[in-house]
Amino acid sequence: MASFIQLLVSGLATGAIYALIAVGFTLLWQTSQTINFAQGEFVMLPAFFVLAAMNAGAPFWMAVLIGIALSIVILGILFKIIIVDPMIKYGVLPLVISTIALSLFLKESAKDFYSSQAQPFPALVPAIDIRIFDAVVSTQSLAVLAVAIVTVVALNLLLNKTRLGRQMQATAQNATLARILGVPVRRMVLYTFLLNAVLVAVASILVSPIYLAKFTNGETLGIAAFIAAIIGGFNQVRGAVLGGVILGVLDNLSAAYISSQYRGAFPLIILIIVILLRPQGLLGRIEERSV
Amino acid sequence: MMRLGGIVVAIASAAAIAAPFFLKPYGIFLISTWAVLTIAAIGLNLTLGYAGQISLAQGAFVGIGAYTVALLTPAGVPFFVAFMAAGLLSFAIGWVLGYPALRVQHHYLAFVTLAFSTLVFLVLRNEEWLTNGIYGIAGTSRPTLLGWQTGAARDFYFLCLGVLALLSLATWWMLRSPWGRAFVALRENPVRAVSLGLDTRRYTLMAFAIGSSLGGLSGALYAPLVQFIEPSSFTLGLSFNLLLMVIVGGSGNFFGPFVGALIAVLLPEWLRVTQGYYLIVYAAAVMVMMAFCPAGVLGLIERAGGMLRAPPKAAGAFTDGAAT
Repeated sequence: MASFIQLLVSGLATGAIYALIAVGFTLLWQTSQTINFAQGEFVMLPAFFVLAAMNAGAPFWMAVLIGIALSIVILGILFKIIIVDPMIKYGVLPLVISTIALSLFLKESAKDFYSSQAQPFPALVPAIDIRIFDAVVSTQSLAVLAVAIVTVVALNLLLNKTRLGRQMQATAQNATLARILGVPVRRMVLYTFLLNAVLVAVASILVSPIYLAKFTNGETLGIAAFIAAIIGGFNQVRGAVLGGVILGVLDNLSAAYISSQYRGAFPLIILIIVILLRPQGLLGRIEERSV
Repeated sequence: MMRLGGIVVAIASAAAIAAPFFLKPYGIFLISTWAVLTIAAIGLNLTLGYAGQISLAQGAFVGIGAYTVALLTPAGVPFFVAFMAAGLLSFAIGWVLGYPALRVQHHYLAFVTLAFSTLVFLVLRNEEWLTNGIYGIAGTSRPTLLGWQTGAARDFYFLCLGVLALLSLATWWMLRSPWGRAFVALRENPVRAVSLGLDTRRYTLMAFAIGSSLGGLSGALYAPLVQFIEPSSFTLGLSFNLLLMVIVGGSGNFFGPFVGALIAVLLPEWLRVTQGYYLIVYAAAVMVMMAFCPAGVLGLIERAGGMLRAPPKAAGAFTDGAAT
């Protein structure tokens, strides 16, 4: 039982990180039909921004802020202007190819211009093990969970309780109608790219102390985010959160209780089952889109 | 314009036959790799360019084919039989994977095939009793056909080239048949294709399964070519690479895979001057190309050809000659 609780907590922590990545992924899809195959690399990169800032002499907290700012500029604004805008008129497929190329580009850039070695990354809180009943739970897992929950709650408040958030939702649901009602659709689409950039930066800062900052990190994280988004529902923010949490917990439990060699396979099997039985995802709506 | 296309093909074939006599062993290895990868890219072009479905599993099918041959030939199975087995096995797996996956199409198929590709990698790595795990399988021997030993690099290249020629002719013939025209109809206008009575799902499934079997056949040549295979050769990276080959060459264009594979094989060599940065340059070039000319290199050439000739009708005729 004790080990079950331990696995559950660390699974929840991993799942919360997946959830952040998946939420950004679905936001981009909803407002601009961008399937970002480079989403994993988007999570890999901000950690290197932070490390570069620290190498330049900034203290950790300032480096984190610089990392988030750089990621907003590069992974938010520049990504939209340089990659997405010129290509979206050709439909979904060319953009998919282009983001695949982008993922290669970012991965190789991080390897060649920073380092091919895994870099240690400072943790948010010192790693202390806390005993809850019999289970040993690390403060790191708890801190990750706390930050992720705060981020998701803040995002939900933004989307549901503010005028800006409602305008963004209107854009996602029906861009033409939103435009008629006076919503500045283009600006709203840009905001979702900025939101995605913030989410991946937060995920990057949470995940890097655990996995170390390495140029290949994006591969597994990107796939995890796709799977989480699809399991939960491609067109729902809370679906992506649910999908991420399910995935993280399942990953940890199956590795411990079934087979660690096939650890990577369980999420994929779940993915295939969900796609076949409920393609719109657990919480998703059926989309009537021709593309 | 048909004739111009014919002349280009004739010159290219002559160059492909003459090339090994002017190249060092490493050069011959490169053009053999080109021939082998082109077969896989032709298969992916069927799925992507003609049936319009994104598959990220072609690398996995190459792996399945390579392991089939590497496991069967040491057991005494003749190469030709193992080669056919690789194609049939990939066809069957493609069918079984595609049957349910094509219920959901487009980007969902991309994710299902992505998952499949990772699953294949895990099986190849973990099932050591069968695949020897991460240690890989070395020394797949090159075949002897009717007394012709293909052990030497140049002989093996001609075997690869011969197989490539046969398979491209078969694909060409298939695409000209009513069947192949149905593939094109599906891509161009699925709604109209359905209203004309085409069973969309069956044709898409056939395109996917045949495309997968070409991936397997390519793998069947890959194993004796490199003579050492390991699971990490057939990860998602290979699938992405094959996808980029099809796109860069020009998806939906019959000769696209030939050009795309040539670029993908030669570019790293030409970009040696950029040292480790060639993948960055390549990736950037692909992004630029997608922004300005999503139809690929051949699309670019066609566009240039269309500009030279004044009546737009002529450009259409050229496309028909080269693309179908």
